[in-house]
Formats: sequence, structure tokens, C-alpha cells
Amino acid sequence: MAQSVESMKTTRQAAATKKEFDTVGYWRSNVRLIISLLVIWFAVSYLPVLIVNQLNSINILTGFPLGYYMGSQGSLVVFVALIVYYAWRMQKLDREYGVDEE
Amino acid sequence: MAVTNKPSSAGWFSNYLARRYTYFTIGFILFSIFVGILESLGVLSTSGIGYLFLFLTLAMYAGIGIMSRTKHLDEYYVAGRNVPAIANGMATGADWMSAASFISMAGTLWLLGYDGLAYIMGWTGGFVLLALLIAPYLRKFGQYTVPDFVGARYEGNTARVVSSIAAIIVSFTYVTAQVTGVGIIMSRLVGVSYPVGVVVGLLGVLVCSFLGGMKAVTWTQVAQYIILIIAYLVPVVMLSYALTGVPIPQLMYGQALQEVQRLETEQLGTSTYLEPFNEGLNNASAVSSARQIGLTPPAAKSTNDWVGTPWNFLALTFCLMVGTAGLPHILIRFYTVPSVKESRKSVGWALFFIFLLYFTAPAYAAFSRWEILKNVAGQPIASLPAWTNNWARTGLLNITDHNRLQDASISELPTWANTQVSNGSLVINDANGDGKIQLGPFVPADASDPSKGGTAGELSGTAVTAVSTDGILQFREISIDGDLVVLATPEIAGLPYTVAALVAAGGLAAALSTADGLLVVIASAIAHDVFFKTLRPNASVQTRVRIGKAMILVAAAAAALAALPRLALISQMVAWAFSLATASFFPIILLGIFWKRANGPGAIAGIIGGMATCIFYMVMNYIDPTFNVLGISHLGAGVFGLIVNFILVIVVSLLTKEPSEEIQRLVESVRRPDKDPTHEELQPAAEPA
Repeated sequence: MAQSVESMKTTRQAAATKKEFDTVGYWRSNVRLIISLLVIWFAVSYLPVLIVNQLNSINILTGFPLGYYMGSQGSLVVFVALIVYYAWRMQKLDREYGVDEE
Repeated sequence: MAVTNKPSSAGWFSNYLARRYTYFTIGFILFSIFVGILESLGVLSTSGIGYLFLFLTLAMYAGIGIMSRTKHLDEYYVAGRNVPAIANGMATGADWMSAASFISMAGTLWLLGYDGLAYIMGWTGGFVLLALLIAPYLRKFGQYTVPDFVGARYEGNTARVVSSIAAIIVSFTYVTAQVTGVGIIMSRLVGVSYPVGVVVGLLGVLVCSFLGGMKAVTWTQVAQYIILIIAYLVPVVMLSYALTGVPIPQLMYGQALQEVQRLETEQLGTSTYLEPFNEGLNNASAVSSARQIGLTPPAAKSTNDWVGTPWNFLALTFCLMVGTAGLPHILIRFYTVPSVKESRKSVGWALFFIFLLYFTAPAYAAFSRWEILKNVAGQPIASLPAWTNNWARTGLLNITDHNRLQDASISELPTWANTQVSNGSLVINDANGDGKIQLGPFVPADASDPSKGGTAGELSGTAVTAVSTDGILQFREISIDGDLVVLATPEIAGLPYTVAALVAAGGLAAALSTADGLLVVIASAIAHDVFFKTLRPNASVQTRVRIGKAMILVAAAAAALAALPRLALISQMVAWAFSLATASFFPIILLGIFWKRANGPGAIAGIIGGMATCIFYMVMNYIDPTFNVLGISHLGAGVFGLIVNFILVIVVSLLTKEPSEEIQRLVESVRRPDKDPTHEELQPAAEPA
């Protein structure tokens, strides 16, 4: 259903009065956040693998060798935490820049 | 049209769903307990229990499928865009976890030890990439399929068609493997033959998807997740309780790992379970696949040059992670949530629900390995635990001690014995001509070196040793198929058959849910991307829905046909799908969002170059493992394709015209979660009332 000419005009008028959205600032904050989380993602996925033999000499909890633990549980927990943190932090960012969908 | 598509009272809707699915869960648990009671009273036979679980779960999916029937385009392709984040998380979890995750994952960990963790990390870590780099932007873009995005972002029909073809190829091999999985599970659950199982699987898939498209698929997937997670957790919780006294397997299997190390060192002299990077490369799979298809197999080759280095492990993990974020059937799940904010949450929920299964799989492997080392290995063959003999009959467990051949008919030897006969290490001399094998005391061929083989009654050869004829089952004489780990755990834990049937129902749920999601991708690629957007842009809404339904039917039938010959190559192709997605979709979608300068020619060059590189490395290394870079196998070929793809997109984009103003606006629009008031939204036109 095409918008009528009338309603298109109203939209543009509303835009003119709405606060100017700082696209560049918002995007930069987003990208900075993404990069820092990806660094953690990379570190927890690939670095323990490179030193797995040394890590395996340490036992934790009920007897998990640390190298094996990182690959089977440790990294996974961090993955979930990263996503949860990102969703929460982005919601705050959205509100800060006025682009929250509500 | 607003980005946020909330139903009139979102809170009510979510509560309605939560209540319905809670009743469903409680009902299912009560049903299972009821069947268990009936079993202990002797009222039901094992096949009766099998049929009961099969038909009940299929009936539930059919019920949900019928309740979700629709003729609305939005509902058929993207479930009406009103699936709450938690529900979408469960649906994505079920969609993601196929029969392979459910049944084979734990077995892979059992067989590979530490090296199997590449799959655990690989199939979970990709969701971080999805949440941060893809899902929110795809949702903001808000159309129906992945080729929609590629076509809109990269100016036109070439990119759209190329990506549609890529999506269909990847999804079709994947869905064929799922239908194969359903066929196998059916034959185990109710004892029907494999082809019948495939047909039943076909019908199962259709009841979940035909009438309601993505809407039906989503809501059946939620139910299937509930069933599969209950089915997965129950046996291993009970086994953990039986072995350690604590019913939290994910915490307690550390103890199992310690015991495994101790027992392996005791029995084998050294412990290999935790040792990393201990597999060399070989082309056994290529040889057997070629034989199965009827081609001349390549010469058997293997190389251990890179054993002990982490590069293959890292490359495989990387390809699995990045491939996750490039697989069409996962990407489209994020079109179905109401908003960008919900899409981020939804990825979080999806990973959480997937995590529940994935962090339990290593426990399955550790506990069953402990059990086998403790109570099966080192035991006299005449007095093995009952479950061992039961499973030996299915062929998933092989006892390769020669004493098992006592009184065996020479024409019907087990596979492992036939292999030894054909490679000359075992010679059978039927001295009394009765067609059966009689063993005698072992006499070494060379008294000074008993490991060189000898004679024991009617058997002789290099494979016949003091150890192989001593009537004691050494750990080395046990060879198992990975699937045994999950399937046999109920029996190992001493649970009633009801639990084994529950596990099979869970595997079925996993396979069906993944298959449906793939069918929607295939059907929508043909009906929406090729037919509607490319060939007939003026097609009516009814036509589009009708073609969509027809394509689901066609794709399902084609998958069933392709699954019938049961090619070993199919499961190999599923593994390759991840590398292909890594080398093709992921880079162009990522750059499409994060780099405005990426243009059509660049994307096409990238996707073709990436795929070509990936396929080249895959085929070369698959046939000849001495062809490799840093010991990376064909499963990690995506790494090279990804690099080539990125380079080509960047170079070709910079050498050609920059994207139009309209496309740059599109990228800006996709990067912000709200409606941009100064520019027209690129939303699909609303349906006529």
C-alpha cells in the first residue's frame, strides 16, 4: 500500500523536528565494542589450544585438565557471556543515541 | 512499515506461548514416566514402546503444523515476524542441532579425544560472530531470504541468482544427510527397513512444514527442542549418578577424565584420550566413497607429518565457527523476530539452548569410556556385561578377539574378521570340514617372538597372537561406532527401554527440526529469489505462497530420493558445507554491512573465487592427503577460500565503480536499529488486506 503524498510530507516534517542522529558516533561506538568482544572471543577460542599441553598439567574442579576444560566448557561459557553482554550493552547504546525501537 | 512488528499485546502472546509450551513439557514428561511404568508392568513390548513414542511425537508435530497453517506470505516465509526471542532461541537450537549433534557428537569425542573439541567449540563459537556481525543487520534489512540481502546490497540479479544457487547446493546436501539420519533412527526405533524409514521421515518433515511454512517450522522446532533436550539429558544424568553419586554430569565428568587417564595408562601403557593433535591425515574416506559410487578409488595414502601441531585443529575450529555465521538456514531464523533488539537477544538464547547440549556431550563420552575401561576391557569374553553383548549384535560394537570366532560359520564371519582374511593376516584352515571355526591352544610361529603370530586350531596368521586368543577382551580389541555412545548409555546406566526409546525420539526431533529449516531455505530460494524476484516480479501473493508450498514438496521428495542410496559421501559433504559457507557467504555479508565500498563485481568475484579455492583444496586434499598446507585437512579448506574471497572483494571493488547512492543509504539504514525518518525504508510492500 503506497504512502499518500500527504503522509509522506508528515513523515519528513517529523524528521526535521527530531533530534539529529549522530550516525558516525553510534557506529563507531558499536564497532569499538564489537572489536573488543571479538578479541576476547579469539583469545578464548584459539590461545588455549596453542598452550594446551601446559594447561593440561593443571587440574580444576572435579579433575578436569585445564586445556581440555577450556575446549569443552570454558570457552562455551565465555561465548554465551559475550553475546549476553553485547545485547545488553547495545540496548544501552541504542537508548543513549535515541535509536531505541520503542 | 515499521521495523518492529509487535502483535497487539506482546506480553499476552508471550505468556500464552509460555503457558502452552509448559503444559506441553509437563505432559511429555508425564507421558514418558507413564510408559516407563507400563513397561515395568510388562504391558508393553519394546517395539510397542518404540511405536508409541514415534507416533505420539509425530502426532504432536502434525498438530502444531496444522494449527500453524497459513496462506499469508509473511507467515509462510518469516513466521509473521513475531516470534519472541526465547522461542526463536529454542527453534534455532533445534534447527542447529541435527541428528549428528544429537547422536554422533558424543561418539566423535569418544573416538578423537581432545581433537573432537574442535567440533564443540566450532559449532558454538560461531554464534558470537552471528550476534556481533550479522543477525541485527539482517533483521533490520528485514526481507525474506539471504539472497534477498545479497541481491539488494550488491545491485541486482546476478548476485541474487549466484547466492541462491549456492544456498540451494549447501542446503540440499545438508537436508539429504538429515533425511538419511531420520531413516537410520526410524529403523532403530521401530525396526523398519531403512527405505521405509526415509519415507516416514519425508512425511514427518512435510507435516511440520507444508501447511504453514516457516511459521509451522518454527513452532514445531520449539516443541522438538524440548523433546530433544529432555531426551539428551536424562540418560547421562542417571549415568553420572550411577558412577559418581552426583546427578550433574557436566560437573562430575572431570572425575571420569581422571579415571580414564588412570585406566588407560594401566591397560595400554599410555593415555591417549587427552592427548591433542594425535591424528594424521589419510584418504580412507575418499577410497571407500569412490568404491561405493563405483569409481576407481585413489591409492590409499596417509601422512603423519603434522601430527602434534595445532594447525589442522585451529583451521577446523575456525571454519566451523565462521561457517555457522554463513549458513543460510541459520541466518533466516533471524528474520522471524519482531525487532533488531530481539534479534540480538535471540542469538543469546539460541546459544544458551545449544550450550545445554554441547557442554553435556563430553560428559557422555567420558562416562562411557570410563565404563568401558572399567567393566568391559580386561574382562573374560565369556562374562561380559549384558549391554556389551546386546550391542555387539547391532554391529555398533565389535569385539575383535579371535575367541569370538569359536563355532562361527566360515561363510558368515563378522566384518573385522573378513578384513583380516582379505589382507592376509588371518588364514582359516577348516581341518574337519564342518564349515565352522574351531580354535585350539595358541602355538607361536616363532617361539622367540610370540607377537609375530601363530596358530590356534583352525586359525593361523600374523593376526593370531597370544593376546588375540586369550579369551580376555583387551581395550584394543574393542572397536566401536561413534553412535554407540549416546544410543547405549541408557542401557549402560541400567535404565528401562523407555529411556532408549525416548533417546531415539529425541534424535528424530533433532533430525526433523534441522531438515525443516533447510527445506524452507531451498523452497524460498526457488520460489522467492528465482521465481518471484528474478523471473516474475508481478506474481500475485497467492501464486507466491502456492509456489512456495509446491517447492517444499519437491525439495523434500528430492532429498528423500537422494537419501535412499545412503552414500557415505553425503555426511562428508555436510562437513564441507561449513567450509563452503566460510569461503562464500560470510565474507560478502560481513563486508556488505561493514564496508560501504564493497560492490557487486567485488562480491561476485569474491564468492566465485572463494568457492573455487575452497573446492580445489578440498578435492585435492581429500584424494591425496600429502597435498596440504601446514597439515590442514580438507575440512579446514574454508580458511583459504575465505582469504581469497576477502582479497577479491576488496581489490575488485576498489578497481570498479563505487556502489550507488541508494545502496549506500541501504547500508546506513541497516546499521541503525530504528526507522530512519529521512529516507524511505526498503521494506517489502504490505499485503493487501
